[in-house]
Order: sequence, then structure tokens, then C-alpha cells
Amino acid sequence: MSLEDIIQETKTYYCLECGKCTSVCPVAKYDPAFSPRMMIENALLGFENDLIFNRELFSCLTCYTCQQRCPSDVDFPVFIRKARAMAQDNGQHGICAHSGQLQSLARLMTSLDIKQRRLEWLSDEYRTSDDSDVLFWVGCAPYFEPIFEDIEFNALDITKASLKTLNLLGIEPKLLPNEKCCGHDALWTGDIETFKKLAEHNATQIKEAGVKKIIFSCPEGYRTFKLDYPNYGFDVGCELQHISEFLAERIEKDGLKFNEVKKKVTYQDPCRLGRHLGVYDAPRKILESIPGIELVEMQYSRWDSICCGTSAWTNCDSCSNMLRAERLSEATATGAETLITCCPKCQTHFRCAMIDKGEEKRSMPNIEIMDLANLVASAMGD
Amino acid sequence: MAEFEPKIVAFACNWCTYAAADLAGTARLQYPPNVYIVRLMCSGMINADYILRAFEKGADGVIVSGCKYTDCHYIDGPVKCDAMFAKLKRLVHILGLEDERLRREMISTSEGTVFARVVKEFVDQLKKLGPSPFSSLRKEKVAV
Ligand code: SF4
Ligand code: SF4
Ligand code: SF4
Ligand code: FES
Repeated sequence: MSLEDIIQETKTYYCLECGKCTSVCPVAKYDPAFSPRMMIENALLGFENDLIFNRELFSCLTCYTCQQRCPSDVDFPVFIRKARAMAQDNGQHGICAHSGQLQSLARLMTSLDIKQRRLEWLSDEYRTSDDSDVLFWVGCAPYFEPIFEDIEFNALDITKASLKTLNLLGIEPKLLPNEKCCGHDALWTGDIETFKKLAEHNATQIKEAGVKKIIFSCPEGYRTFKLDYPNYGFDVGCELQHISEFLAERIEKDGLKFNEVKKKVTYQDPCRLGRHLGVYDAPRKILESIPGIELVEMQYSRWDSICCGTSAWTNCDSCSNMLRAERLSEATATGAETLITCCPKCQTHFRCAMIDKGEEKRSMPNIEIMDLANLVASAMGD
Repeated sequence: MAEFEPKIVAFACNWCTYAAADLAGTARLQYPPNVYIVRLMCSGMINADYILRAFEKGADGVIVSGCKYTDCHYIDGPVKCDAMFAKLKRLVHILGLEDERLRREMISTSEGTVFARVVKEFVDQLKKLGPSPFSSLRKEKVAV
């Protein structure tokens, strides 16, 4: 794809150079070298190299804040995604967090010869069934467990809490033993080849599984299945739901009730669930239905919500940490004791920032952070 | 069909294992030519991605070898290396890779014979295991 194609496809030529994108962009706030407006201008002027060899190309969080404000409806995140694909073709990969091991893992998963052992954590405590017509998407949580043990985060806790909740509601979901990474990070960093391979393996497995519905606890997987798989011709042909939507539906239709949990909480909208997919109400509905939970919103919430600061494991730097410090101080300013989120990655990045021994540590606010699924599991008598 | 010749990547600390490999060479010890040595300044600088990348590029087995605990020139490199190696093993286990494709060694400068023996043993072991499950990725373009 050439620069001209990208411009045509994302209609960046409608840009008025008003600069609204740069003024609302959370990255530009802390990183003076980052400007979405300038990137678009460079593209429109045909300065291809200034765009694709720019280190900042991989700093965008693809958080969709700018796109919401753009008077010309320029889809900047998609523009970035396509420009990154061009950059990848020219040997540019951004600065990969964790020295690129997460990117490597995704590429290794494209091998058709592997038989993963990704469900070894699954004990008798959780009931699953191969005949179920509901599939639960486990995602990359089994891999995150060893990688992030240093920051005292186990993404499998979210998976387990979700399974427990589903079990308590009488659902014994199917799990795929050789599920691959959904390809979200590969896609957003421009590694289209890896994305397509992963998408193909997953779509094939799901069609073979013959399920009617997939439930996700990870907003990134959910977004990828919902928007990107069909877009690239890998429609899985079944209903897709984030666990928060599933639970909100149960509250509404079946009058699902929770036990009391006394807690003052605030809620972080994950970019993928919020701005990307417009799911703002479901998690809030759940929080409001748990007796004893008091929800206080942060200064910026819902579509104004601020991203956790790193996306697709690239360009995690001091600017992203400043962004996290800002968001965490907003969270503590509400007086809430717990920050609830629905995304394993929001939790990873925030926890990492709070535990980081770096210079920013001194000013880093501290707050308990928990996934909605864990809160729900405890409100269901777990 | 020609016999399967495994490819081994050895990450070797400059101060001991790399020197041991050198010694094996100067002493004209015979050992299989299947090993590609990557020199590190200390085994403590190994990171999970080096090893994952080796498999991505077509390695059938990986050796990580450095100084013995008390010999490290940077004090606690081997301890860091052990911790990283343990984590890496858990990761590749989930990926479905056989544990026998990874070897952690501590071979010091004078142990040229040990280096030659380890490579020989490892080659035999990998021949039994066959090509790595990632070997199909080898032919394809891989980002560096
Ligand atoms: S907000 Fe839209 S129109 Fe304004 S500079 Fe950014 S991309 Fe262009
Ligand atoms: S998507 Fe988010 S991070 Fe990227 S330019 Fe827009 S506002 Fe900034
Ligand atoms: S903030 Fe996130 S991406 Fe950055 S180092 Fe921590 S866990 Fe990794
Ligand atoms: S110098 Fe050899 S392991 Fe540290």
C-alpha cells in the first residue's frame, strides 16, 4: 500500500489543519515531538520518509480521542496503523516494550505445528464443556502470567474469575486448547502478515468448534474479532460479547442479583471497549447493581477517558509514564479506594507504573486496581 | 533423505564459555558444527526475546552458558540469568516447545572439552527430537 492509497482510504485529505487532534492527544501533552496534525501534514505533502522513519509513529496509542474531536472525521488511528504497515516494510518496528518478547510470541504462534499447553492452569474448580455452544476466549493471559510476575500481576486471575462467574450462572463454556493470539497487537503495529495468519487460525478453529457465542474478558480480543476479523475476511459468524455486556444483559433480563461488597470505586474505560466499541454503560450498570458499591467518576470519563498510556507493547517511555501518573492521580482524587477496569493491559500498565522504581515513582499515586470480573466474582459469593 | 541436522544457537558469555569454545577450537577438539555462537558480555544480559528470536529464526535448540556463580565479572550475572531462564522455560512450555530444547550451562574458560561434549550431547538429543515446531517459520520473512 502506498502513501497515496492510505490518504485516499482514510480520507486524511479532508484535514483542515485545525490542530484539534494534537491539542486533545494525551501523548502530545507530554511528548512535544509528537503531533498527529504534523504527521498528517507530512503525509499530505508527500514527505513519506518523515512519516515512516519518525520514531513517534509508534507512540500513538490509537486511543481514538483525536478522531472523536476531528471536525473532518479523519480516522487518525487507522491512518497510523496503515502508515506503520509501510514502516514495517521498511524495517521500522518502533521501540518494543519488554525487548519485543510479546511480538516474538505472537509471531511464533503463527506456526501450524505447535500444540500449546495454554490451559494447564485449568483445575477442577472450573467447569468447562466441549459441547457448549458458548466459547470463552482466554486470550494471552497464560503468557502474561510468567512475563508479568515481577509486577505482581496475574492476568489469569481475571480469566478464572470470569469462568467462575459464568459457572455460577450455569454456563460451562468451551475453551480452545490451541487458541492463538488474536493478533490485535500485530495489526496495530503494522505487522499485517502475522495478524492475518493468526486470524485465519483462530477463525478456522472457531468455525470447527461450531459455537453460537464467544465471550471475551479482554476488550482487545473483542474489538479484533468484532471489527478487524470481518474487515480482513475472517468472519467467525457468531455472536460476540464482552463479559460486561453479557452480565449487564443478565441483570436486565433475568434480574441477576449480587451480594453486598462495600467499596468506593472509580472506573477506567479501556480505549478498546469505550471509544472503539462504544461500550460505556454495561460496566457501569454492573457496578451500580452491586449493593454497597459506590461509583465515583474521574474528571475524565467515558469518551473523555484517558488511556493507560501504552498500546500494543511499543514505545513505552517516560511520557507514557507521565500519562499514567496523571490518570492515577485523577483516580485517587475521586477518593475511591479501588480503580476498576475491564482490560488486562490497562491493569498491567498501571500496576507497572505504580511499582516502577524509576524517577517518576516519587510522584506516582497509589491505588488498588482490580478487574471488573474479579469484583463480580466476589459479589457472587466467591 | 539426508539426516536431520539440528541448528543450535549458543548464547555464551565472553569471559568464560566463549573462551571455552575458542579453546575447544585451538585444541582441535572435534565437535559437531551445528552450533552458532552468539557472544554476550555476561550471561546476566540474556533476555527472553533473544531466545524466542532464535527459535523464530530457525534454531532447533538453544544453549545459554556463562560463568560459574563465583566467577562472573559483573558479580551476579548467573543469578539473573537463572531467573530469566526459568521464566523463559515457562513461556516456551506454554507455547508447546519441548523442555529438552533448552539448556542452561556454566562452562568456564578452561573447559574446552566440556563445551565440545555439551554440544555433542545436545546435537544427539535434538536429532532424536527432530526439527523444532517453529521450523516452518524459518523459510518465511521474519522481522528483525
Ligand atoms: S483534528 Fe482533524 S482536521 Fe484537525 S488537524 Fe487533526 S486531523 Fe486535521
Ligand atoms: S489516537 Fe490517541 S494517542 Fe493517537 S494521536 Fe489520537 S489522541 Fe493521540
Ligand atoms: S507500562 Fe506496560 S508496556 Fe510499559 S513496561 Fe510496564 S507493563 Fe511494559
Ligand atoms: S561475566 Fe560471565 S556470566 Fe557474568
